[in-house]
Amino acid sequence: MQQTDGDSVLRVRGLNKRIGRKTIIHSISFDVRAGEIFGFLGPNGAGKTTTIRMLVGLIRPTSGSVEICGRDVQKQPEEALKYVGSIVENPEMYPFLTGWENLTHFARMQDGIDEKRIREVAELVHLGGRIHEKVRTYSLGMRQRLGIAQALLARPRLLILDEPTNGLDPKGIKEMRSFIRELAAGGLAVFVSSHLLSEIQLLCDRVAIIGGGKELAVGSVEELMGAGKGMVIWDAEPRTKALALLGRYADIAVIDAVGAAALEDAAAALLNERSIVTETPEERVAEVLDRMVREGIAVRGVHRVAPTLERLFLQMTEGEGIE
Amino acid sequence: MKRFWAMVQNEVVKIVKKKRFYIVLLILAVLVPIFSYAQMKQSLERRESYGSDWRLEVQQAIIDNQNSLSSDRVPQEWKVYRQIYIQQMQYYLDHDVNPNEPGGVTFTREFIDNSATLFIPLMILTIASDLVSSERTTGTIKMLLTRPVRRWKVLLSKLTALLMFVSLIVASAYLICYLISGAFFGYSGWNIPIFTGFVLNGSDVDLTYVQATPQWQYLLMQAGLVWFVGVVVALLAFMVSVLVRSTAASIVVMMAALISGSILTNMASAWTSAKYLFMVNLGLTEYLAGNPAPIKGMTLGFSIGTLAVWAAVSVIISFGVFTKRDVLT
Repeated sequence: MQQTDGDSVLRVRGLNKRIGRKTIIHSISFDVRAGEIFGFLGPNGAGKTTTIRMLVGLIRPTSGSVEICGRDVQKQPEEALKYVGSIVENPEMYPFLTGWENLTHFARMQDGIDEKRIREVAELVHLGGRIHEKVRTYSLGMRQRLGIAQALLARPRLLILDEPTNGLDPKGIKEMRSFIRELAAGGLAVFVSSHLLSEIQLLCDRVAIIGGGKELAVGSVEELMGAGKGMVIWDAEPRTKALALLGRYADIAVIDAVGAAALEDAAAALLNERSIVTETPEERVAEVLDRMVREGIAVRGVHRVAPTLERLFLQMTEGEGIE
Repeated sequence: MKRFWAMVQNEVVKIVKKKRFYIVLLILAVLVPIFSYAQMKQSLERRESYGSDWRLEVQQAIIDNQNSLSSDRVPQEWKVYRQIYIQQMQYYLDHDVNPNEPGGVTFTREFIDNSATLFIPLMILTIASDLVSSERTTGTIKMLLTRPVRRWKVLLSKLTALLMFVSLIVASAYLICYLISGAFFGYSGWNIPIFTGFVLNGSDVDLTYVQATPQWQYLLMQAGLVWFVGVVVALLAFMVSVLVRSTAASIVVMMAALISGSILTNMASAWTSAKYLFMVNLGLTEYLAGNPAPIKGMTLGFSIGTLAVWAAVSVIISFGVFTKRDVLT
């Protein structure tokens, strides 16, 4: 393995993409280092997939550069892509081949992958005996795992996963997370895109947040997301009284139904007709609760939930919102 | 180089596993017996009306055609055709060779003559038309192009596999045809002389270059021409497959082109610049058999040249587009 400048495995500088007259990606720059999990966060349509396609050479950037282990993807694709394993959008494999045949197919395209290595990655993703069945018969989770096996075949130094937990059940999502963490612990640089804030919070070390094809922020996850005001769901009766009380605090913002609709599923499941969704500073919760009790409001529940991506954007763009 | 052949192997595996080639073999195995049976019925009927003397049959054919020449209702183009036919039959008669002698080899020759412009190209389309477009439809193109292999190498491996299958399809068409029809008519006939080299001069046939070729030699020449046509059709279909996203659209485009070719050919076109279209030039074996060209000014050399230009341009376009284009979906 050769040494690269610093320890950044993926170096993206001033990436732009114009299609026709429309610029869809505006100068995106970031670095992904060895052993870290880097999140790429943005709502659907923000340009995540287009950016990923530029990282792996599927789309030619209008300007800017992508370097993988010091090799430019556009100028030296064979040298640069050797270090990358990727799943762009869905893990699409040949349905008429078995999992094993699929892996053999992609192994043939590269040097230094023998049968032993194929067996190794197949075991790594726990496909077991089903590896010899046609991919047509696989569930989405199995396809996802086969896709990862394919991406890991050539012992890459950078793994690019586009929405890796999409379509997985909760157990699958948990497994996927711990699997990705294991890989990163082994020194692999992992790039993960997602439109779910909680996903990124649970998984990533650093994150780039993009919206409307623009990079809004790059930094560590705590730094960027800790800054965001936490959201609290109040479940109290009578609702009008509770609402009035909350309104008295200047630093508590009540979020309307439209804003609440953007809550992630796990949080949305807590809502009922009495729920009041607010942005409440953490240190205020106890005080407000105390006051509610004293004023005779029956508090049924208080939940702190992850801020939605949309709220984070609002804070970040100071009210500009997502285009 | 080793890498490249491994990738060709990949493409061959995909074509085989998709069962495309089996379909081709199956179609041949179903159709050939049907045609063989029809042919057998026909020759039985002939024997009934003319007895065992083939000369009577040829003479009758000449007389029939001569009669139709004097009829006003027969269009001029057909008359030219028939005059040529009469002269050829006369030539066979003079040299005491039965042009219709049934046999596995003769049947094969005729069957391939008839399938060179449409049937065999269709078989080739089943493989060529989805070679690139199917990778895009299923999204596997993303996996293929994010491997550390330059795009032109990926495309070249596909093209190489395609040419291998074109050869295989032509070879198996001959083989299946011979094996099955042989069961009906016997497996002999390799050395029957076939006359080639009829040169057309207006409505006259110039016989100075006519020579007797043993049938096996004729089959070889025919196979070469059919293979060439197959390669050209494959390259065109390959280009369409690169340009069009859906496999269905890709097949329809090529089929429309092929069928329009056979329609144009039958119109015996007065529109002479149509001769530069590839579809009307696919009947290379017609030249070998001494049939008149569909459009004035077309010769074997002209058709081969025209097809070669079409093929070269489609290869250039295929590679140009495939290596440059963004993979957006």
